[in-house]
This record gives sequence, structure tokens and C-alpha cells, in this order.
Amino acid sequence: MPLATINGREVHVNDEGFLTEYGEWDEDLAKVLAAQIGVDLTDAHWMAIRFLREDYKERGETATIRRITTLGGIPTKELFELFPKKPAKKMAYIAGLPKPRGCV
Amino acid sequence: MTTLNGETTMSTETVSAPVPNFDDSGTERKLAIICSKGNLDMAYPGLVLANAALGEGVEVHLFFTFWGFDMITKKRMGNLKFTPLGNTATHMPQGLGGVPGMTAMATSMMKKQISEVGVPEVPEFLEQIVASGGHLWACQMSADMMHLDENDLYEAVEGIINASDFIEKTEGAQLLFI
Repeated sequence: MPLATINGREVHVNDEGFLTEYGEWDEDLAKVLAAQIGVDLTDAHWMAIRFLREDYKERGETATIRRITTLGGIPTKELFELFPKKPAKKMAYIAGLPKPRGCV
Repeated sequence: MTTLNGETTMSTETVSAPVPNFDDSGTERKLAIICSKGNLDMAYPGLVLANAALGEGVEVHLFFTFWGFDMITKKRMGNLKFTPLGNTATHMPQGLGGVPGMTAMATSMMKKQISEVGVPEVPEFLEQIVASGGHLWACQMSADMMHLDENDLYEAVEGIINASDFIEKTEGAQLLFI
């Protein structure tokens, strides 16, 4: 995986810019990633991001919108408001995780 | 945006990471899905694709017509069935499909398999689609034929409209007939 810099820090990313090493992420980096895609992180955003991080740690797979809603307790409608247009991909990007693999 | 490749990483200076483009405006994609089947197995393709398109920022309109009306009829939407009859892809002897109780058994097996991959049942799936911004429309002709009105339909259905209305609403959309 190629090494690149984000805000002066060296990290591993894929060719789209998604982080590929779980351990290289922290919340400061998330703020930079979010800003790069035009998302201003509020507490509500953090709830989703932190759920994704925890869930990935347990399962080794990025949660889908449905999983964030049913297990994380954040309504689907709210996720679309917080991360407009492509919520699943935007959340994964900010959380330093791969894009979700599941269809639903 | 800087692209990464083998050569650039050879240098001592690392390049800045690419930033994905999640808001490719300019291409306002629209998808129209016509759901005309009421079998459990034929309900899912439209729902899965609608959900996927919504997650990609695509405007989605679903039109329920003929047997597809069962998907949005309150009394039936939670009770769609699957039959192996006439479906060679089950790789079962066709005669078995007609055995009493086979439809119920095949349906419960399929529901179990669907739930095991984390996919909701039809009513819950429609709820998710609506929460994601999807639009549900019922076919006027089907409603007339089956003597059904808004009260019989799932609450989130936006209206009973005719085919011309749907064609008008989905101007410029890509279209799927299922």
C-alpha cells in the first residue's frame, strides 16, 4: 500500500485516498479527512464515526448504513443528513476504514 | 489532486494522499424502477438496487404495478411467498414444487437465508428506502383493478398515479423493469 501524507503526517492509503491501516487513524486525522470532503464534524457525526471504528475493531468489516441504524441506533434519515449523498462511503473515509462490502 | 504510483513513492518525499470526490455534481443521476412482481424472490432485486442507488446519491423512484402491488399492500407486503414451481434454478424436481406445504417451506427457507445476510424483510426494507430519500408510487390501473385505495397501501407511498404521470416524473432517468 502506498505511503502518502495527510496534513503533514505519513499514512498508508489506497489509490482513492482511503486509509488502509486501522492503527494509523486518530480523531485529529478524522477532522482533516472530514474537512477535505466538506464535512464539518459535530457530536452527531462523531457518534456515527465512533460506532464505525468500534464495530470494525470487533468484526473486521465496515458497517453498512443498515447496521449503523439497527445496531448503532442512528436513524438512516439522519445519516443522509449528516453525510449527504454518499453517507456510507463518506463515513468510511472519515473513519479511516475501507468502503463497506455489503449490499444492504 | 495528486495521483499515487510506483515511481512517485520511490522518491524520499511522500506525496499528499488523494481525496475522493464524493460530490460529483453535474451528473444528477435519476433511477426509475418498475416493480411488477409479487413473489418474494422478485421483490428483492428492485429493493436492493434502489437502496444501493440511494446510497450513491442517486434520486430513486419506484413504481409498483400489477403483482408488484403486493409489495406495498399493507395486508400482503409482509407475506410475499416464494415457489420453486417453474423455477429450474432451484435444481429440485419440478413435481416437488406442487406438494402441499412446499411453498410455505421454500418461503421460510428463503426468508431465513435473506435474514442471514443482514437484509431486512420487505416492509422494513421499504422503510429504509424511504428514510434514504426514495420515492414510492402506486399504479392507478392496478389500484382500480384490485379495488384498493390509499388506505390499503403502505403509508409511505406518495400517491396513486398513472403510467403517464410516472413517465413524466422520471424524465431523464435510467429505467429498470422488474
